[in-house]
Amino acid sequence: MKTMGCILYKTTLFNEILQEHGKMENAALQEAMTGNKNIAGTPSLLQGGAKKLEGVERSSLCYPDHLLSIESLTSEQLTQLIESSNSFIEISERELKKVPALRGKTIINVFLEASTRTRVSFEIAGKRLSADTINISGSGSSMSKGESLLDMARTLEAMKPDVVVVRHRAGGAPHFLAQELNKRYEKLAQRGQRVSTRTAIVNAGDGMHEHPTQALLDILTLYRKFDQDMKKISGKKVAIVGDIRHSRVARSNIWAHFLLGNEVRLVGPPTLVPQDYLGAFAEGGKISIHHDLESGLEDVDFIMVLRMQLERQEGFFVPNLEQYTRLYCVTEQRVRNFAKPETVVMHPGPVNRGIEISRDILEGERSLIEEQVKHGVAVRMAVLFHLATGRSSEGGES
Amino acid sequence: MSSDDKHSIPTDWKTVVDTAAIDRCLTRMSYEILERKDSEGEVAIVGIRTAGEFLGRRIHDKICEIEGKEIPFGVIDITLYRDDLSHSSEQPMLKATDLPFPVSGHRIILVDDVLYTGRTIRAALDAIIDFGRPTCVELAVLADRGHREFPIRPDYVGKNIPTSKDEFVRVRLSEMGYENDGVYLIQDHSI
Repeated sequence: MKTMGCILYKTTLFNEILQEHGKMENAALQEAMTGNKNIAGTPSLLQGGAKKLEGVERSSLCYPDHLLSIESLTSEQLTQLIESSNSFIEISERELKKVPALRGKTIINVFLEASTRTRVSFEIAGKRLSADTINISGSGSSMSKGESLLDMARTLEAMKPDVVVVRHRAGGAPHFLAQELNKRYEKLAQRGQRVSTRTAIVNAGDGMHEHPTQALLDILTLYRKFDQDMKKISGKKVAIVGDIRHSRVARSNIWAHFLLGNEVRLVGPPTLVPQDYLGAFAEGGKISIHHDLESGLEDVDFIMVLRMQLERQEGFFVPNLEQYTRLYCVTEQRVRNFAKPETVVMHPGPVNRGIEISRDILEGERSLIEEQVKHGVAVRMAVLFHLATGRSSEGGES
Repeated sequence: MSSDDKHSIPTDWKTVVDTAAIDRCLTRMSYEILERKDSEGEVAIVGIRTAGEFLGRRIHDKICEIEGKEIPFGVIDITLYRDDLSHSSEQPMLKATDLPFPVSGHRIILVDDVLYTGRTIRAALDAIIDFGRPTCVELAVLADRGHREFPIRPDYVGKNIPTSKDEFVRVRLSEMGYENDGVYLIQDHSI
């Protein structure tokens, strides 16, 4: 029954995408959806004939070609991305908030779904690194004229951006783009043609699948709160409370906490916490489902409260919001009673004050929400920097 | 940390400057920095990560001791200012820049371990200028191995080491987890 649920979940996503882009190859998408490790985990850097930078400390690690999901990262890559992001914070605190690192690089932000903070922080991140950033939004783009993702991949490849940041309402869309681009590069290489720019895809949120940079900034926030030591945020207990069913933030965070070796508790009403998550995530790490806040928060170190997506909730997934608030609203009193005195609380925003989280938490000592927003730019700078550099084109001159 | 935990130096690395000599070099350079009276502004030491940070810290401590007062100290990472970012296929590792004093109005002493092409110093100058307008910037290096590609010269040198282009000069310090400090000359094939 659980496996059925899991398959159903994926099928729904497929249909969602297929309806939107009739031309897409089903098999490729299936692979993109399920086997994304093949695309994202390909180590391509630091190999063969690389010109050495003298006198500079280098990471001994391969970054992925694209950032499509947290699931496809290794714990070493996560650690390195967090430490690197931490170094980028300082740039936003300077008087002159710009470094020349990505001068001459092009970043296209394709946001085909509403977004303010993610889009703005990606744009600021690109600009602070001196890259040229271009924004495409849903209504003004050819996507509204019915251009398929496949055609979009071709168009993008022809324009040679260094990084494309994608937000799409269909889960798996960034994977599909990445796979199409990789295929095209392979084809060009087989024909003996030089690939001058390999475009990197960054997933800025795809359907109900993942939102990797949000999870990275959440982990960075914890890392900075706990003495900038990955060991102090590993082997802990984290509760994710609220609308887990619709949340790509939750999915990315689950994988990130698994990489840290943390125990994950999913807390919420049965309608919003899918039972099949236990099957889907069971191999990744320790995970459990709690339908009451008291057992869910017991002894946890970190609490992540998710936004109640009001527009699609009332009368459907929960009888009414008052009842949800009565049972699941995270309040200072509840955290104090159920969790630990030093437990910290996060929220990806925007907040519904007094519905999923109380005012006293928001204004209290244990809230890390302001830091989360502050760290968004640094995380995106690190991601853009690592994807846009160190990807040598063949025959690179010195 | 017991000596077993320390990194060891490969046997074919030739020691050019040893622990005691490095300390003497740094002491002499500290006095030279203080003796130069023609520069205006208060002295501030800025080390270039990674080895330059440790050498800069040592020079800073010596100057503070000689002068009997605290002077500003900062660290810069020049990774984001390199001119070869898009040509290298290796991933550079970024560490934070930390300049806890206003750069404007200070006489900045940049400290690095080995001066070679001058490209690192060019990047460091760009990085410093992003933080303000220093009265002047001077350069102190532990080892100068020649082969400059930019019009850059050091103001304070620990040791001049003539090299050929296929040799390498490396500085290893106790702060980096080595038992002794040393400047080493290495033939290319051993890297």
